[in-house]
Amino acid sequence: MSFKEQLESGKFVVVAELQPPKGNDLSELYEYTELLKGRVDAINIPDLQNAIMRLGSLSVCTLLKARGMEVIYNLSCSDRNRLALQSELLNASALGLKNVLLLQGDHPSIGDHFEAQAVFDLDVMGLLGTAKRLQEGYDLMGNDLQGKPQFCVGAQINATAKGHVLDLEIMDMEKKIRTGVDFFFTNSIYDVSLFEPFVKKVAHFKVPIIVAITLLKSVGMARYVNKHVEGASIPDSIIDQLMKASDKQKVSNEIAGGLIKAFKPLCQGVQLIPIGWEKQIPTLLDDVGL
Amino acid sequence: MIKAEQKPIDEILKYLNPYNKILLSGCGACVTVCHAGGEKEVELLASGLRMARQKIGKKIEVLEVTPARQCEPEFALELSETIEKVEAVLSISCGVGVQTLVRHFPKIPIFPGVNTSFLGETITHGVWEERCQACGNCILEKTGGICPISRCAKQLLNGPCGGSSKGKCEIKKEADCAWQLIYDRLKTLNQLYKLEEIIPAKRWGVESRDSGLRRIVREDLKV
Ligand code: SF4
Ligand code: SF4
Repeated sequence: MSFKEQLESGKFVVVAELQPPKGNDLSELYEYTELLKGRVDAINIPDLQNAIMRLGSLSVCTLLKARGMEVIYNLSCSDRNRLALQSELLNASALGLKNVLLLQGDHPSIGDHFEAQAVFDLDVMGLLGTAKRLQEGYDLMGNDLQGKPQFCVGAQINATAKGHVLDLEIMDMEKKIRTGVDFFFTNSIYDVSLFEPFVKKVAHFKVPIIVAITLLKSVGMARYVNKHVEGASIPDSIIDQLMKASDKQKVSNEIAGGLIKAFKPLCQGVQLIPIGWEKQIPTLLDDVGL
Repeated sequence: MIKAEQKPIDEILKYLNPYNKILLSGCGACVTVCHAGGEKEVELLASGLRMARQKIGKKIEVLEVTPARQCEPEFALELSETIEKVEAVLSISCGVGVQTLVRHFPKIPIFPGVNTSFLGETITHGVWEERCQACGNCILEKTGGICPISRCAKQLLNGPCGGSSKGKCEIKKEADCAWQLIYDRLKTLNQLYKLEEIIPAKRWGVESRDSGLRRIVREDLKV
């Protein structure tokens, strides 16, 4: 079953994010992929995430697809103008990639090439509109395309927004759905109570929401996230668990497992973000019976 | 107005190294307001240059002038006679003023003494902030009068990026998030419904910075 069919069937999906290498050596990534084969429903491959220069999502997705994996190709507005964005979407389609996650993208000034020019020719709403347009058989200037690409389009939402930002986020989600979004990925959430108000407000949209869970590796990381990542709020109980842990990986899995169980009734899937602890994912999935 | 900052004096001294008699020209308009190139700055920079050159035993003669608006030909041309008497010109007007002199005085080297920074407003004494990127098709009507092109680091047209924290931009912590300001303003005006509209991508290559040299021609005013 394709990712789209799985979503349509109402199945609870498991996605893992794998970061492409900085360089062209894919051996580690292939090793992780083998471990995840048959255990996750799709692998999400970021493109220039955090504005760090790396191997691109397009080639990694193509290579993993050839190894039999369902993949999610990422494309963002930060580094390409509308010609390149359209061409990349056609590239993806020609290479057989259907699942695309379309993002605003990170500003180069936060990454490792902070002297670069930011592009943002289109914003994410413009990029979503572009994917819709291409699927209708036209480019952005109304020229006919030879062949119509077909995508399963994902977008990002900030599901822990509060107050007026929450209202803005819901407005944003509604506009994205109008522009053809088939599924949403959330930001990383560590506290189910922060997600509940959001879910209540958006249930009527009936578009699958996949919650991101980042594996927490240490107290330091948790504190860093709390201080620097907007909307992320790791509860003290989790920080306590990490503090008392003698086996960090085991406790990290317990925390993630607890979150998966808590989120399961509220959303249509999880995206696991291992940042270095990829090998833990199969055990984590065993623990929660997925 | 145009905002600028004076270049480091060592950089300016390098430009002027081959010359012994120059004209230092300021401008009475924008760069006077932001204290980068007005009459006062001309006086200070001229004496700084004289001292620096005297120190290395290579005296320089600096004539001083501050036309009302260096970017207007009628004021730029007031410099004609003085320019005859010097080997080079250092202009501390904005980049536009420098090029007005270049166009009218093709035979003499003309150097910039300031870095032209942005179009902005005075926030408080000594603080200026960008407000417009001259995008060629103003959308302030849609955004409550707050410009997302110049004030949002990602130039977003359809709401915030999600990274702003306590109303500040994720890219520049000291700057207000433009989309927070837009939201607050539209709320005050009871116009939040404006955010439901999807603002289409800007036509950068047609009406804006990427369309090649921009030019305005008013047939009714031409002589
Ligand atoms: S929308 Fe364009 S013209 Fe209007 S203030 Fe912003 S940059 Fe300037
Ligand atoms: S934080 Fe606000 S101003 Fe900064 S890039 Fe995001 S939306 Fe734009």
